[in-house]
Amino acid sequence: MTDHLETFRAETRAWLEENCPASMRTPLAGEEDFVWGGRNYEFKHPDQKLWLERMGAKGWTAPTWPAAYGGGGLSADENRVLQSELKRINARPALFSFGIWMLGPVLLEYANEEQKKEHLPKIVRGEIRWCQGYSEPGAGSDLAGLQTKCEDKGDHWLINGQKVWTSYANYADWCFCLVRTDTSVKHEGISFVLIDMTTKGVETRPIKLISGSSPFCETFFSDVKIPKGNMVGRLNGGWEIAKRLLQYERTNISGFGSGARVDVVDIARQHVGLEDGALADRDLRARIAAHKMTERAYALTTQRAQEEAKAGGNVSHMASMFKVAGATLNQERCELMVEAAGNRALGWAGEGFAPDDLAITRGWLRSKGNSIEGGTTEINLNVVAKRVLGLRDTQ
Amino acid sequence: MTFTLTDDARMLKESARDFFREQAPVARLRKQRDAKQNGRDPELWREIAALGFAGVIVPEEYGGAGLGHVALGAVLEEAGRTLVASPLHSSACAGASALLLAGTDAQQAEWLPKIAAGDVIATIAIEETAHHAPGKSKLEFEGGKLSGEKKYVADGHIADLFIVAGADALYLVKGDAAGLTRRELITADSRGAADLKFDAVAAEKMNGGAEIVDAILDRARIGLAAEMVGQASEAFELTSEYLKTRRQFGQVIGGFQALQHRAAKLFTDLELTRSCVLAALDALDRSSSNIAEYASLAKARASETVHLASNEMVQLHGGIGMTDEHDAGLYLKRARVTEALYGGASFHRDRYAGLLGF
Repeated sequence: MTDHLETFRAETRAWLEENCPASMRTPLAGEEDFVWGGRNYEFKHPDQKLWLERMGAKGWTAPTWPAAYGGGGLSADENRVLQSELKRINARPALFSFGIWMLGPVLLEYANEEQKKEHLPKIVRGEIRWCQGYSEPGAGSDLAGLQTKCEDKGDHWLINGQKVWTSYANYADWCFCLVRTDTSVKHEGISFVLIDMTTKGVETRPIKLISGSSPFCETFFSDVKIPKGNMVGRLNGGWEIAKRLLQYERTNISGFGSGARVDVVDIARQHVGLEDGALADRDLRARIAAHKMTERAYALTTQRAQEEAKAGGNVSHMASMFKVAGATLNQERCELMVEAAGNRALGWAGEGFAPDDLAITRGWLRSKGNSIEGGTTEINLNVVAKRVLGLRDTQ
Repeated sequence: MTFTLTDDARMLKESARDFFREQAPVARLRKQRDAKQNGRDPELWREIAALGFAGVIVPEEYGGAGLGHVALGAVLEEAGRTLVASPLHSSACAGASALLLAGTDAQQAEWLPKIAAGDVIATIAIEETAHHAPGKSKLEFEGGKLSGEKKYVADGHIADLFIVAGADALYLVKGDAAGLTRRELITADSRGAADLKFDAVAAEKMNGGAEIVDAILDRARIGLAAEMVGQASEAFELTSEYLKTRRQFGQVIGGFQALQHRAAKLFTDLELTRSCVLAALDALDRSSSNIAEYASLAKARASETVHLASNEMVQLHGGIGMTDEHDAGLYLKRARVTEALYGGASFHRDRYAGLLGF
């Protein structure tokens, strides 16, 4: 086994040396460097396209998915080797994709063979960009209260309703969507469907956020007809799929709390300064130290959960805990960055502020969404209390 | 790095759990306290030693199990769960570590077998003021004689052997040495401790300087953090059970969202801290180069978590939590003692920032 992994490491290293363009081994400057793929995606640099095509052809954008569906077919151990080799050369992610993070895993589990063959390879290669049609104006935290109607019209489904907080719907090619197929019951009347965003009757409108950016949209469905084969799982069986997908989403959002990024300690050193080797503002120093400890504790806990999962433990129910802790951690980090950078982080635009400083301001405002999107912190604490701790409303 | 126990460590943990639950539940601490034993329970200590718990990290050549800190941490965690009043941490973790790191060959050969067998209770004497400040010792050593003072020495009232830390040196002092005066302290956690006064006491110098003092303290801190995770886990679980049984307004109070969220936050905090402590124990066994960082991380986080868990235990139990009859007060009192021992959260945040270079 070890021999095999060492061989795999050598081969992987050689392949990456040859195939990862030099410009793809530099740090991401910001969200504008993210490659999302899709029919209409405009690459900012030819190397981005090349890197995506090469990684997609290997299936290494989704390393552990079966090769039969375009994935890399790697074992968990092989994937760890791949990730460590990617990290070794500071390779940028070839693709950012809701299809890989959220939809793919549930398609593998719940979709029929035809659906898997149709959608998974395109996700792997970054050819189709997906968005998530979950929340509605009247169904936020109470997601299962969703009302977007899906009627059986014999040879097709007819969809009418509105979604909101649909991330990047204006750029997406397809939407995985929760719809109501039975109005007489709540959770048991929901189905999971796939909608081509170019279908007649689909309309999107971006929502401008406090950070100035518009990553989310309102999405409207007016008499949208989709083929009968676009329902995943059974009729009225969508809630189970929806919840499973949320676990993947929450795990993914909680990842905002880790990974390479600007270190708040560096910002503080630069703008607050050191006295006798310690930050001049001792109160801020103590709070940054506490934050760095939480950050380390979070990273260690992620590592422990992975180890327990590998040993066969069921850690899927921990997704909500990680979502809460990760969101809190990232928001704390962003607040400390603003505090440490002082008035440098209180700009909005123009040449009076450095791009890095403006990024701190925008990042701080964007982070406010971390405890709302993908289930609020309050809802996730409910989940931890009920499902993990067994505390119930009525007994 | 690994968070998974070896088979040996897992078996040790299970036997510790069974033993402490049966022979040393919280009721035993309560009984000791009511009998004004101030932490003295020689019979319990003999049983603990007979199970091999006093020699977990002592090498086999000195009569120990040679299993390492992850295994010892597992035993300490179980001891923490039922607030076992014994010198297990002082002697088997801090004392044994001091001899292993700073003992001369002769000192190790003389004392380690006795510590492993539980025949000698060792402890480390660190504090000289109200706060943890190991670098500021005013101890004097001249012509083989030690003079000065030590405060709140854990298990100092029952120890047979002291490893006494100066600012940049360590000394071995026998409990019955002439010129050593002990004042027994009756402590909030009912475990007891002692203030020590050294008046030209015969002492043996050990190996190493300030770095070794720090290294010994780090082992003591990490071991104590394991005990604290045990205390916090038990406090949390008992509280969680109470939320599921106590009824008000015609329902169990665990159904109220305000309480559910507090429980969920405490659980999250506890899980994060557990990872830090397990990683720190593992770092010791791996001889990691970052032990100081791990130690301050583990001790600071454990201090914060046991602080929160013990406070929540009292508050969420309501009136009964304020009564002496209930165990919440015992967890609260032990929590504050372990938080302060060998540096509390603020000491270790400050140290951690320094280690990270800011």
